[in-house]
Amino acid sequence: MEATKNHFFNDMGVMLGRSMRHIFRSMDTIITVTITPIAMMLLFVYVLGGAIQAGTDNYVNYLLPGILLMAIASGIAYTAYRLFMDVQGGIFGRFQSMPIAHSAILWGHVLTSLVSNAISVVVIILVALIMGFRSSAGIMSWLVVAGILAMFTLALTWVAAIAGLSAKSIDGASAFSYPIIFLPFISSAFVPTASMPFVVRVFAENQPVTSIVEAIRALLSCQPVGNNIWVALVWCLVIMIVAYLFAIKAYKRRV
Amino acid sequence: MEKAIKVKGLQKSYKKLHVLKGVDFEVEKGSIFALLGSNGAGKTTVVKILTTLLKQDSGTATVNGFDVVLKPVNVRQSISLTGQFAAVDGVLTGRENLIMIARLRHLKNPSQLADDLLKRFNLTDAADRRVATYSGGMSRRLDLAMSLIGKPQIIFLDEPTTGLDPEGRIEVWKFVKELADGGTTVFLTTQYLDEAEQLADQIAILHEGRIIVSGTLAELKKLFPPVKVEYIEKQPRLEEIFLAIIGKREEK
Repeated sequence: MEATKNHFFNDMGVMLGRSMRHIFRSMDTIITVTITPIAMMLLFVYVLGGAIQAGTDNYVNYLLPGILLMAIASGIAYTAYRLFMDVQGGIFGRFQSMPIAHSAILWGHVLTSLVSNAISVVVIILVALIMGFRSSAGIMSWLVVAGILAMFTLALTWVAAIAGLSAKSIDGASAFSYPIIFLPFISSAFVPTASMPFVVRVFAENQPVTSIVEAIRALLSCQPVGNNIWVALVWCLVIMIVAYLFAIKAYKRRV
Repeated sequence: MEKAIKVKGLQKSYKKLHVLKGVDFEVEKGSIFALLGSNGAGKTTVVKILTTLLKQDSGTATVNGFDVVLKPVNVRQSISLTGQFAAVDGVLTGRENLIMIARLRHLKNPSQLADDLLKRFNLTDAADRRVATYSGGMSRRLDLAMSLIGKPQIIFLDEPTTGLDPEGRIEVWKFVKELADGGTTVFLTTQYLDEAEQLADQIAILHEGRIIVSGTLAELKKLFPPVKVEYIEKQPRLEEIFLAIIGKREEK
């Protein structure tokens, strides 16, 4: 056992290198994960934005946090896809029958998800800057934003792991992400919740995306964050822990 | 003779389906052992249990002297598995696949090792192409090359020639024989009777959850003595014709 533990970081590094190659070699991954949210941002800012009353003179600033969450939600669908492909092909069995740290196999995928989502978030922020996004937030606020986004990515990655490990078909492996991609629409990501009908508003104000979006928006515009950040963190933590437990269960069932 | 694998009373059910109902067999060190059986007989289940991918419901199995349930890490250090579907990464190149496995086995000088194996398995020209572009035979060769990394004492080949063309099959057979000559124990499953006949020192037939016969080919043949000797003209088999023609083409 000792031997495999000592190699955990080496093994995980090999796994990370492998799936990062997968990402950089499939253009469609990069396109779907960054171009789609950027297109949404263009659409909302330049087509719909003029008619939206968000109570702000810079709609890009208002919109960006929600766009980032959408990008992450579509990014993790590929984690599910990659896991599913590994399990379906023989490579998963080969890894499992080798004297390597088994947790490294899953963590390699999780780390890949973090790194690739970080890349697409940075790309989207750069495009937003060109479109007029401005923030006076200091380095600390940016670090907190990065932390929240990382937590959100981790939480959804473990949800993706459940889908990837237990799906019966390739469509099933990524279909779970559509409702998650859709969640920002029923939140304060694009428009303030005040204009929504009562039932929708109650849902929008109490679902995780709203608190995460509000927290990030407040941090980037140097407003007081209030409770939102704690609500956001609790949501992420709870989703992460529950999803992690189910993912491990699904993983054991596969082995 | 020392035993590389010992299996006793192995049972396994998937929900209501009782796949293995008490499987017993032993494999001698350095031999080629063929587990025969029709589709769904449970051959892959046996392989999965022996390679620590699956836990049996009851019975014991030791591989290289280590119990598969109690000492899985030792078992994994002694073996390598080539599954039913080529266990290669299609997005990576052939060389990258080999280097990845060498790094996961914590070996020194992975690229040198990869180059040697590429040469040995006749893949040097395709080394830097993505494996997704390989033919079935090439993927299988890479698959086998990956299984040899780290010099495991026992190699499991689950239906290694399913889906290969006749040339590919003969290539695989050649490598299996070379491996056994080098002292590696080979455990293979197959549904092709001629494959077992060509390769195996010992044959066991898995049927309805149990090993119904096992022994050397000579022993099995004794069970069915020829009733009557007849002389007939030997017709070339289609495979022989095919290979003869292909061989001539390549010589030109």
